[in-house]
Amino acid sequence: MATKILTEHIAVPGIETFDVYRKQGGYEAVEKAIKTMTPEALVEEVKKSGVRGRGGAGFPMGMKWSFLAKPEGVPRYLVCNADESEPGTFKDHYLMKNLPHLLIEGMIVSSFALGANKSFIYVRGELMYVIHILEKAIAEAKAAGFLGKNILGSGYDLELIVQPGGGAYICGEETALLESLEGKRGNPRNKPPFPAVKGLYQSPTVVNNVESIATTPWIVNNGGDAYAAIGIGRSTGTKLISASGHINRPGVYEIDLGLPVEDFIYADEWCGGIRPGHKLKAVVAGGSSVPILPANLIMNLTNGDKRLMSYESLSEGGFQTGTMLGSGGFIVFDETACIVRNTWNFARFYHHESCGQCSPCREGTGWMEKVLHRIEYGHGHQQDLDLLIDVAKKIEGNTICPLGDAAAWPVASAIRHFRNEFEWHITNPHEATQPGAVYKGDMALV
Amino acid sequence: MTTETNNTIQFTPERLEKATAIIAQYPAGKQKSALLPLLHLLQEQEGWTPAEGMDYVAELLDIEPIEVYEVATFYTMYHVNPVGKHVIEYCRTGPCCLMGGEEVYAHLRQRLGIEAGQTTVDGQFTIKEVECLAACGMGPVFQVREKYYMNLTNERVDEIIDELSK
Repeated sequence: MATKILTEHIAVPGIETFDVYRKQGGYEAVEKAIKTMTPEALVEEVKKSGVRGRGGAGFPMGMKWSFLAKPEGVPRYLVCNADESEPGTFKDHYLMKNLPHLLIEGMIVSSFALGANKSFIYVRGELMYVIHILEKAIAEAKAAGFLGKNILGSGYDLELIVQPGGGAYICGEETALLESLEGKRGNPRNKPPFPAVKGLYQSPTVVNNVESIATTPWIVNNGGDAYAAIGIGRSTGTKLISASGHINRPGVYEIDLGLPVEDFIYADEWCGGIRPGHKLKAVVAGGSSVPILPANLIMNLTNGDKRLMSYESLSEGGFQTGTMLGSGGFIVFDETACIVRNTWNFARFYHHESCGQCSPCREGTGWMEKVLHRIEYGHGHQQDLDLLIDVAKKIEGNTICPLGDAAAWPVASAIRHFRNEFEWHITNPHEATQPGAVYKGDMALV
Repeated sequence: MTTETNNTIQFTPERLEKATAIIAQYPAGKQKSALLPLLHLLQEQEGWTPAEGMDYVAELLDIEPIEVYEVATFYTMYHVNPVGKHVIEYCRTGPCCLMGGEEVYAHLRQRLGIEAGQTTVDGQFTIKEVECLAACGMGPVFQVREKYYMNLTNERVDEIIDELSK
């Protein structure tokens, strides 16, 4: 039985309006938090819940909140990261479009907990229609006294600002996002200082993902312990998974963390299996940045146990046989998918999106794209695979922000697990470049 | 903030009102934060972000024009060159391609007789290739201004073009 913490009311007609949302119990968390709880108690509940950053990093949210510096007389900021741009990920888009008030309620509760009086929702600019939905919802919440001056007569003031981005994957990185919010190019900052000490306008700032913030009303209403009781081990609660690719039922699903991967792919409740007549070849489980795994390794651990949809189980085996939960962007490939072409596609993405600040990333992503392009188009050399691994290694860990790692991992993992397929492209360039040609050699199809 | 300007491009009174409200959202002295929203406003009005418009935005925000140019050229959404009436931005990233995006986009280019980055001679359509639009479960996807078109097929593309051409 799946718990619906975020999406319980998503199908209620008119849930995007204040009145309907309120009738479903909406904004009760704001009343409870502001009238009966202290900010410290709120931070404590979120800590107890064990909820981890849902944008991809998986860092415990309560701990992140507790790092926020609180110098006298300096404003503090909460910024919601709604720059969702990781290929394979579309859960925040879905959540904001359908449940704008859930995010706003979470922003009010979270801002109160952090002592922020001006908070921002930074939404990728392409989602301008979602920005309009959020702005309308904010106006409704303000008219009802849940935003603005003296909320519910408590003396607490909060202004919520929706900020559009301009189209740049890098602005999903929190310090690049802050630069962008200050009206600059999205170049990530060196850390330290961390945003918790010097963030927006050099003031203490917390940056949290949409889905993370959207969990806080439930945590306030039901308690951190109740949240922690859902899920498995240190992967508490539920997670939105964006499922795409060669499955019968693509879409966004809220799952209890700990669900077996096999159930998620094959059960009718979730992905509903691989499209008719095809077999599972590979999965990218957490957005394009995480290592791709072949069918056998995504379904089972090397000891034969079922792999689970949790932070720990997905990363079991390290990068040799494991991957990461990341943002929950779950991309499924059947046997018709060409791993070489997809790897080139992802490499092109990272090259395009590199901000250009650090040379290993700026140059390395370009070289990886070029070398993969020549393999895909039948001009690969035998030494190219080692060259790609060498370039990936030299990017990884040598850049200011994690985009470099994110660019290196898909390439390195694709070669690790699908080396035969790359070699087939290099040694059979004529065959491999025929329209629709796909490697049909050794593969552990499921 | 300067309200008098010699620029040939200026916001309409309604947009100027909106711009002023946007600028007022940020703490005093942090008006540069309004740059990305104002560039969107400029593009909404002009269809693209011409240099005269960017200079005007710089005046409104009391910053140097170069601060506007460097931002407009960093972010992919701003069209720093003229574009057609309808800008079709299709997602070329992995998940959309898995769902047949490459064939559908080839059909789109063929139908309009232009490559990505080009504008039709009648000035009606511009095609741009963009990266992931966060709609991967509904791929292939393209966007025309604010509107998303999802689960595209060749037939659907034809219908959309017919509709936009009216």
